[in-house]
Amino acid sequence: MENSLLLTYLILLPLIGAFALLFINKEKASAIRNTGLFFSAITFILSLFVYFGFDHSSSDFQFVHKFEWIKGLNVYYFVGVDGLSLLLVLLTTFLTPLTLISSWSSIEHKIKEFTFFMLLLETGMIGVFVSLDLFLFYIFWEAMLIPMYFIIGIWGGKERIYAAIKFFLYTMFGSLLMLVAIVWLAVYASGSLGYFTTDITQLYKVAPTISRDIQLWMFLAFGLSFAIKVPLFPLHTWLPDAHVQAPTAGSVILAGVLLKMGTYGLLRFNLPLFPDASLYFAPYFSVLAVIGIIYGALVAMVQTDMKKLVAYSSVSHLGFVVLGIFAMTQESVQGAVIQMINHGLSTGALFLLVGVIYERTHTREIADYGGIAKLVPFFAFSLMFASLSSIGLPGLNGFVGEFLILLGSFKSGVLNSWWFTVFAASGVIFAAVYLLWMYQRVVFGEVKNPSLVGLKDMNVREIFVMIPIFIFIVWIGIYPSTFLKISEKTSAKIIHQVFNPEQTVEKLINKR
Amino acid sequence: MFNNIQEFYNTLPVMIVAAGVLIATTIEMYSKKSENILSWFSILVFLSSGFYSLFTLDARSVVLQNMLATGGYVNIFYFIFTFSAAIICFLSIDYLKKYDAYFGEYYILMQTSVLGMMLMAGAKDLFMIFLGLEVMSVSFYVLAGINRKRLTATESALKYFLLGAFATGFIVYGIALIYGTAQSTSFEVITTKFSELSNNLLFLTGVLLFLIGFSFKIAAFPFHMWVPDVYQGAPSTVAGLFSTAGKAAAFSAIIVSLFVLFTSGAMRIITPYLSVISVLSMFFGSIVAIAQTNIKRMLAYSSISHAGYLIIGLAASNTEGIAGIIFYLAAYSFMNLGAFGIVSIIEGKEETNLELNSFRGLGIRQPLLAALLSLFMFSLAGIPPFAGFFGKYYIFIAAIEAKLTWLAILGVLSSVISVYFYLRLVVLMYFYDSSEQISIERSSTGLLAVFISAIIVVLLGLLPGSLLNLIISYL
Repeated sequence: MENSLLLTYLILLPLIGAFALLFINKEKASAIRNTGLFFSAITFILSLFVYFGFDHSSSDFQFVHKFEWIKGLNVYYFVGVDGLSLLLVLLTTFLTPLTLISSWSSIEHKIKEFTFFMLLLETGMIGVFVSLDLFLFYIFWEAMLIPMYFIIGIWGGKERIYAAIKFFLYTMFGSLLMLVAIVWLAVYASGSLGYFTTDITQLYKVAPTISRDIQLWMFLAFGLSFAIKVPLFPLHTWLPDAHVQAPTAGSVILAGVLLKMGTYGLLRFNLPLFPDASLYFAPYFSVLAVIGIIYGALVAMVQTDMKKLVAYSSVSHLGFVVLGIFAMTQESVQGAVIQMINHGLSTGALFLLVGVIYERTHTREIADYGGIAKLVPFFAFSLMFASLSSIGLPGLNGFVGEFLILLGSFKSGVLNSWWFTVFAASGVIFAAVYLLWMYQRVVFGEVKNPSLVGLKDMNVREIFVMIPIFIFIVWIGIYPSTFLKISEKTSAKIIHQVFNPEQTVEKLINKR
Repeated sequence: MFNNIQEFYNTLPVMIVAAGVLIATTIEMYSKKSENILSWFSILVFLSSGFYSLFTLDARSVVLQNMLATGGYVNIFYFIFTFSAAIICFLSIDYLKKYDAYFGEYYILMQTSVLGMMLMAGAKDLFMIFLGLEVMSVSFYVLAGINRKRLTATESALKYFLLGAFATGFIVYGIALIYGTAQSTSFEVITTKFSELSNNLLFLTGVLLFLIGFSFKIAAFPFHMWVPDVYQGAPSTVAGLFSTAGKAAAFSAIIVSLFVLFTSGAMRIITPYLSVISVLSMFFGSIVAIAQTNIKRMLAYSSISHAGYLIIGLAASNTEGIAGIIFYLAAYSFMNLGAFGIVSIIEGKEETNLELNSFRGLGIRQPLLAALLSLFMFSLAGIPPFAGFFGKYYIFIAAIEAKLTWLAILGVLSSVISVYFYLRLVVLMYFYDSSEQISIERSSTGLLAVFISAIIVVLLGLLPGSLLNLIISYL
């Protein structure tokens, strides 16, 4: 724990970059792009320092920085990372520069505003993952909506306005109920601690003492906002709209990072804060997760639009993550964490590739393609690679996560039924069906569409974006323990918190 | 009058404005170029009074035979009133020129209305509240119709006057009943007698009538009906003043008159009444605002729903509630001033450009104005990290501490509805383009005013503690 300001720099750097952009003439496109890339790249490099300085053997929050922010409310600027948040921070800082590069040619108007919002978004995302004060967390959580809203609404497709508003209202609805729950928690804490607080480390001790009946409500208030973000069936309807309408960079960030905030929230807040309610709701949430896995896969199968297909596949894949979380075994939670990263990489790659081909042909209809393997070999290879990763081919990243989740849910005492595993496993098969089928229709066969002749393969810049993602896809697939060991202690701690919430003095007093 | 010179110093914020009125009247009489002089003179008066009250927060005393309190949160209110009025003056300079609607009394009435507000916020006696209220209201009636060349303005003024007088009737009747049962109009006496009075039906009726009268003034449902018409008809700058400082003043009067009742928990008796009013105001305001096509009407309905949030703070009847209301009022004043300010800059000579559709594509043509307006809209919608969010947050804390969690949840639901219409403006500005250009008169002072509001909204959002601590330490 050398440099406690490191996380603050991570939050501030993109923000500074965003404001630096304001001083650049909007006509100077390349200067704007370079500035955006420069700041996000520096942020990534800085996040590596966090990675290398991180102590895997501890489940404590590290790189902690805390100072009083709002005195009257007892709100602290309190940041830190544990294994769970570290992985997600790395995912964020890794994907942001890549998406910026990928939008080099697809975003041609209002480049300055676009880069500005992307950087703001990065600040928000990092902030969400490192906040250790619920209030601070909420600020980042909400503030992040604004740039995403503009990204979908300004640079999106035909139905972008509808999608942007739907995205905003859905998320806002969920998170405002969470706000009430946060305030309630803080007021409750003032009853047993003697002071009003939103400090997570304090609440971890206090919240489990809430009576079970109220815990159920609190769990739902938090859970609803996270379930909307995940999105868990049947709250997923905003996602296909937002994904399809968003520009490529927006889709990548949305699928890659934003959805993870929902699952992150479940792991960070719902399970440890409300253990009794978590145990109570685990089967219900798992049922919804399994429905999501199968439903998402089935709907993906019948899509004619590639982007929509990938969007629905997200519903399915995130179902796995939620199942892993609520199976509450060491394996399943570890699987959920690694699957969060996997999904960010695989689906991010898929969205990038759909973006690449869309930029050339301006169509995403599967029927408009066919036989492009000969025309764009590297693209065909990349799409294969990303699809296989998403399907969960052994040796690639998806397999590790899905396997751990299935294993964990099978053993789970909380779920106590192997049906969850059986149904979830069928989702793996469906994934193979819809992705390979799409692949076959797009890439193989004869070139029937004359307008495809002369299609250019991926250029150096696009390849440069894909390569690092592929490296990680293989790395996680072959040697997952590099990543699993980061979150190992944290996962264990979260499970411990559910089954053995820390017995505090307050709890004993309350029980008396 | 004053027991010592210190007490005189303590009342200086009020005195500065009062003297300002007299001097301004004299200037108006003798100078032909009064428009230019008076605008800057009033700004000077407001700013000096505002900053003086901010720097003398510690000067707490009760002066003028127990009639007027000074220092503490009273001064915070003074600051809100005077600073809002100063911003309005900045906006008015070019606005009045645009309409060629300068009348000598404009800035003078602005000052008298602020004087009235200050008397209300500092009142220690029901008479003082009434005096302040009438000074403010009468100035407002005239201000609403100041652009007498326009029919809508006259209609607006008449409507405001009739309904305002009606509300005053309630208040006077309430005061009469309170006086009849408590045999005094002094808050101090009423407070000490409160325990015996709390079972007296006539006294409670008095309090209720008093509150109903003020429900008109703060534009709470079902006493809101004048608001949209008056805001729409009045000049935008004046409407800005009504909805910010005017509303803050009415709330200050409720707070100062019932403050002790809040903290003693005795307010609980009227909590049901307040809760119902608050829920109805929030939902009515938010839902009807969706249907509006005129931005001034939309802001008017949104102000009804904001009154609802503020009443949650009253219903909670604890110190957090009071602190929350004061913070919220400060935040609301500046974000609404910003919004009305931009409206006053954008609206054309013939009061055109007020339809929401006029804002189409503004993000491309007027990037700065559009960005600022979006900021105010996000703040009004209660999205962090802007000031509006912290106001709501603190009000919710108060509600939950008072075990009114259901009220907080309803507040949240109403917020979600309101997000829709606030965002719609952002949508129109950024996501659509329009073929027809609207002509916008440049106004550097107006822009400065909006910019100051924006800075305050952001600062209150990032460092809410600075103001909150001040409020809490003086409650």
